[in-house]
Amino acid sequence: MSPLLSLEGLGVAYGRRDVLREVELTVAPGEVCALMGLSGAGKTSVLRAVAALQRFDTGSIMVDGVALRPGPVPPESRLRALRRKVGMVFQEHALFEHLSALENVTLALRHVLRQEASQARRRAEDLLGTLGVGERRDAYPHQLSGGEAQRVAIARALAPDPRLLLMDEPTAALDPARRGGLGEVLRGLAAQGRGLLIATHDTHFAEGYADRAAILADGRVVESGLAREVLQRPRHEATRHLLQADAE
Amino acid sequence: MTKRLTLRAVGAVAVLGCAAPHGAHPPPARPTLRWGGDAEGGAPFVEADPADPSVVRGFDVDIAGVLARGLSRTPEFVQVAWASIDASVERGDFDLGMSGVEDTPARRAQHAVTLPYFEFREVLAVRPADAGRFRRLDDLAGRRVATLGATLAYQILLDAERRAGVIPVSYDDDVHPYSDLVEGRVDAVLLDHIIAQRAQRRTGGLTIQPQPVAVGHYVAVLARRDSALRDSADALLKAAMADGTLERILRRWNVWDASQGALFQRVVAGGEESGGAGGRAGPSWVGGYLPGLLRAAGVTLVLSFLAMGLAVAIGLVVAAGRIYGPRLLGGLLTGYVEVVRGTPVLLQLFVIYYGLAPVIRLPAFLAAVLGLGLNYAAYESEIYRGALEAVSSTQLEAARTLGFAEAQILRLIRGPQALRFALAPMTNDFVALLKDSSLVSVITVIELTKQTAIYATNVGSWVLPGALCAIVYLAMSLPLARLARRLERRWRVRA
Repeated sequence: MSPLLSLEGLGVAYGRRDVLREVELTVAPGEVCALMGLSGAGKTSVLRAVAALQRFDTGSIMVDGVALRPGPVPPESRLRALRRKVGMVFQEHALFEHLSALENVTLALRHVLRQEASQARRRAEDLLGTLGVGERRDAYPHQLSGGEAQRVAIARALAPDPRLLLMDEPTAALDPARRGGLGEVLRGLAAQGRGLLIATHDTHFAEGYADRAAILADGRVVESGLAREVLQRPRHEATRHLLQADAE
Repeated sequence: MTKRLTLRAVGAVAVLGCAAPHGAHPPPARPTLRWGGDAEGGAPFVEADPADPSVVRGFDVDIAGVLARGLSRTPEFVQVAWASIDASVERGDFDLGMSGVEDTPARRAQHAVTLPYFEFREVLAVRPADAGRFRRLDDLAGRRVATLGATLAYQILLDAERRAGVIPVSYDDDVHPYSDLVEGRVDAVLLDHIIAQRAQRRTGGLTIQPQPVAVGHYVAVLARRDSALRDSADALLKAAMADGTLERILRRWNVWDASQGALFQRVVAGGEESGGAGGRAGPSWVGGYLPGLLRAAGVTLVLSFLAMGLAVAIGLVVAAGRIYGPRLLGGLLTGYVEVVRGTPVLLQLFVIYYGLAPVIRLPAFLAAVLGLGLNYAAYESEIYRGALEAVSSTQLEAARTLGFAEAQILRLIRGPQALRFALAPMTNDFVALLKDSSLVSVITVIELTKQTAIYATNVGSWVLPGALCAIVYLAMSLPLARLARRLERRWRVRA
């Protein structure tokens, strides 16, 4: 099966500093891939480049048949195909503060996909219900807990039905019990045939819920494979560092 | 009546210089006679001497000199805004005020006034082409007739408004009424004949109708408690009329005519000079002024709402241009904001109303809306820019990943949130605008503060008119301030 996401030789430079060089990575349908590394390793830069939120300088990004080329971010009018295929959940949720949970989810359905109000509402209620926050649909972001806000953000990203979901440090603000809950949700999404690329430095979470792990260090993927194998029998120095840092 | 650009400097008093008309400096021990007048644009009453601007000259200066000599005192001139002469003399800023001060019943009721020493005629000035059809006030139904605010002439125009449908237009100085007449903004000017004659010499293009609309007198005004000094001044004036001193002074300043001789004869013979000069004092009780005040409050409200609407619209465009536009546009808009914020709104109003007149002759109310609107737009744009930038960039990125176009992001996500950040400071700005709208009286729009000043001048006191005016302003601004606080509290929770 051809991968949903394929990165070949991805390079990102901030001025003279190379943050990413030669990143190789694939995510298959139905797969949860943990992109791991210490802070500053460039995990977020990979996600942002894939979501066409920032420029990349070398290599290529291919998302389900849509190719991105190096250079500045193209205008939104040329990104429509990509936007339909990629959803993103930000570390701080980034919910629209002036809208209720339900409105956060329906907004893109109404105004981007031009769905009828009732249709968009049904879809949003389904998503919120599936994610366990159906009863919070009328709450505003400031009234939601960290875990609830994250689920609403996931529902919002899933509303246009993207095949690839990017998540940036999803466990950062969650207690251990809620991490488990989130992991189950992500497994469920993968079971529907989506691909998930999750930037995290949480080794326990990755080991428990990711199919594959890719370790990012010095701007490239230094080790990748089945999550359990990579994290239980690390071969690369950077992976050991990561495990050590997480244990502390 | 020699006021130019009063700018509501109530009680602003400055000693300009000592005027000893014959150059004789008395010994230092001699007491002074402090007299107040307005030297701004004050010829032939009081003006700074072109040869030595620290000294004033004019027929009022010479008459003050006569009074001082008669009282064995040294005259000392005190500069005061013309509209503030009465209030200042009552405060004790100087002993007497003389600067084309009119004899009115209200002034007599509130202060001590001397015998009249000059008889003026309220005359109509029109454009030469209109000389045949606008001969009297009643010919000017539905026409705009200009004069200096808070004067007998203004009272006459208010009467003519009720009687004949004349539209009075009040100015803060006696120069712009004539230039606006020449430019066609008004159809006639009603003012004292010596002011009209001076304007005719200066501006040209004017016809002064020979038939006077009314007759009035200039007096010196003193504090009510100073009636003894007033009596001395009366005696000195009578003597100067009898021995020809006053005639010589008026002849020297080219303002002598037969009616002055007749006036002097009546005064010297002890004839009563009533001071009622064809016009009448306005109603002295509150109820009489209330409709005028409420009408003016309406002008203030409508003006403020229109100006704020314009400010919001332009402010939004400027803020959006600075955030989304190309660099050149951003630079131009930043320049606009800095120029507007860095210069007084008063100057901007003058430029729009008078400065642009040769290019485009805007009606006063429109110029006021434009001036205030463009000024506040600069401040509003800064509020909106700050508010737009306060919406977190990750929300905007999240919107992009969902496929929203930039215009949609602004309309659906960034704009609505920015509006919430901006609402409280906008409301505060509106309250400020409500009060700043009082500045537009300099371009002849009569709003609440100006109407109050007219009322106060007529009744000779600021206490009641000031209190009424404050109540009306508060009635308009307090609910808004409350709304601002509520919004602030409400949105602070969300933030």
